[in-house]
Amino acid sequence: MLEVAGLSVLYGKHRALDQADLSVGAGEIVVILGANGAGKSSLLRAVAGLLPAAPGAKVMLSGRPLVGLPAHAIVEAGLALVPEGRAIFGDLTVRENLLLGAFARRARGEETRNRARVLALFPRLAERLGQTARTMSGGEQQMVAIGRALMSAPDLLLLDEPSLGLSPLLCSELFRALERIRGDGISVLLVEQNARKSLAVADRGYLIENGRIVGSGRAADLAGDPAVQRAYLGGR
Amino acid sequence: MSRTLLEIDGLTRRFGGLVAVDALGFTVAEHEIVGLLGPNGSGKTTVLNLLSGVLRPDAGRIAFRGHAIAGLPAHRIARLGMARTFQLVRPLASLSCHDNVRTGLAFGRRRAWGAAADAEAGRLLDRVGLGGVRGSLPGELTYIDQKRLELARALALQPDLLLLDEWLAGLNPTELDAGIELVRSLNGQGITILLVEHVMDAIRSLCHRCVVMNAGRLIAAGLPAEVLADREVVRAYLGEDDNDRGGGHA
Ligand SMILES: Nc1ncnc2c1ncn2[C@@H]1O[C@H](COP(=O)(O)OP(=O)(O)OP(=O)(O)O)[C@@H](O)[C@H]1O
Ligand SMILES: [Mg+2]
Repeated sequence: MLEVAGLSVLYGKHRALDQADLSVGAGEIVVILGANGAGKSSLLRAVAGLLPAAPGAKVMLSGRPLVGLPAHAIVEAGLALVPEGRAIFGDLTVRENLLLGAFARRARGEETRNRARVLALFPRLAERLGQTARTMSGGEQQMVAIGRALMSAPDLLLLDEPSLGLSPLLCSELFRALERIRGDGISVLLVEQNARKSLAVADRGYLIENGRIVGSGRAADLAGDPAVQRAYLGGR
Repeated sequence: MSRTLLEIDGLTRRFGGLVAVDALGFTVAEHEIVGLLGPNGSGKTTVLNLLSGVLRPDAGRIAFRGHAIAGLPAHRIARLGMARTFQLVRPLASLSCHDNVRTGLAFGRRRAWGAAADAEAGRLLDRVGLGGVRGSLPGELTYIDQKRLELARALALQPDLLLLDEWLAGLNPTELDAGIELVRSLNGQGITILLVEHVMDAIRSLCHRCVVMNAGRLIAAGLPAEVLADREVVRAYLGEDDNDRGGGHA
């Protein structure tokens, strides 16, 4: 589904991401774990075309090269990103935010079906379709952001810390929902601080430190690895 | 028992037909750390907005250090000794970190100017771990550093009561430990803290007491261990499969 090779991101002289290689198979959930500032968000943003990749990178989605394509063309190719910090249109209503997500040509025919899926996932949004997004609570805005990405009918969904600000109950529901999304044939690549819950649903994981991928493996193996437990699962 | 610092009674706020905060009452004693918990959209941030004067209540009483503050403008409440961080951070984008904190000092209780303000701003940035990026613009900071800046700005007001809105969200275990230590040390230096947070590890290790809301109403209050085991809290907020740290969920 997604093949990334030699992907680097530079901010001036600072190398936020250094020669990353990774892949996401069809129907896989893959999680990237790492500290804040390790380069996880830069990776997702570069894959989605929101940041330029340094020369020499290869990013392929279902065999199609993405490097150099504008972000909207990448959405059309079947990739949707939910960025960190809930990039929603604050002055628009919930309904309008979801509609904008469905703007991609690939999504237009399936709007009704996608919307039903989003509203089943987040019933709160169904109650609040007319509410101005800016006035939603923090967690509700996160639901809008994820819902909007799903409206573009992606083949691959990229999520930057989707559980941020969600209650424990909703967080569990979100991870269960990711399993359902995978069941619908959508692949998922996510960055998460909640290592325990994300490894529990993921198929595979990557560990990233100071811009480099320093480890990878099956999610169950990572969850059982003492070094991973110390660094990412918390030892208290 | 120490003295009551904050007392809320019958606090109510509506948005159109939605009662976001519904006849809420609780107290916070001096030197306590109290956790304010509840599902997404249950009214926690709205409570902080009502306390800090960002929003006016439709009904109810708020007493802070003996003053009736419900409906007072935000700057008057700040001057009485209450400061808060915002869930969605809002620094002054065109000012350096140093100047962001310095601006806070100018509006604080013991207003500081000139060299004294520079020294104090530096001390506060060190305190929250931003000593190395004084000259940076907020937009250049990572997410976690923006939240640290937000805290330094709040501390510049020299509060007796600090309201933290999900200040510990989005941290990895190591960063979370450091954040918890920082909050604890602020409390140790005499600042009372009301903490809105979904990170249960932080709640368990920091809070002396917890208050839980659902749909604007109080549903439980008491010691963290009691409250987190409460059936209604588990049903509405934690979920049945909430696993403790160390649990073998994976
Ligand atoms: N200005 C507003 N207009 C309309 N509804 C609002 C407004 N502000 C808040 N609300 C609604 O009031 C409810 C309470 O919001 P609040 O932000 O207090 O929730 P919260 O408990 O902080 O949730 P979270 O944990 O997700 O941050 C939410 O359903 C929200 O959508
Ligand atoms: Mg909130």
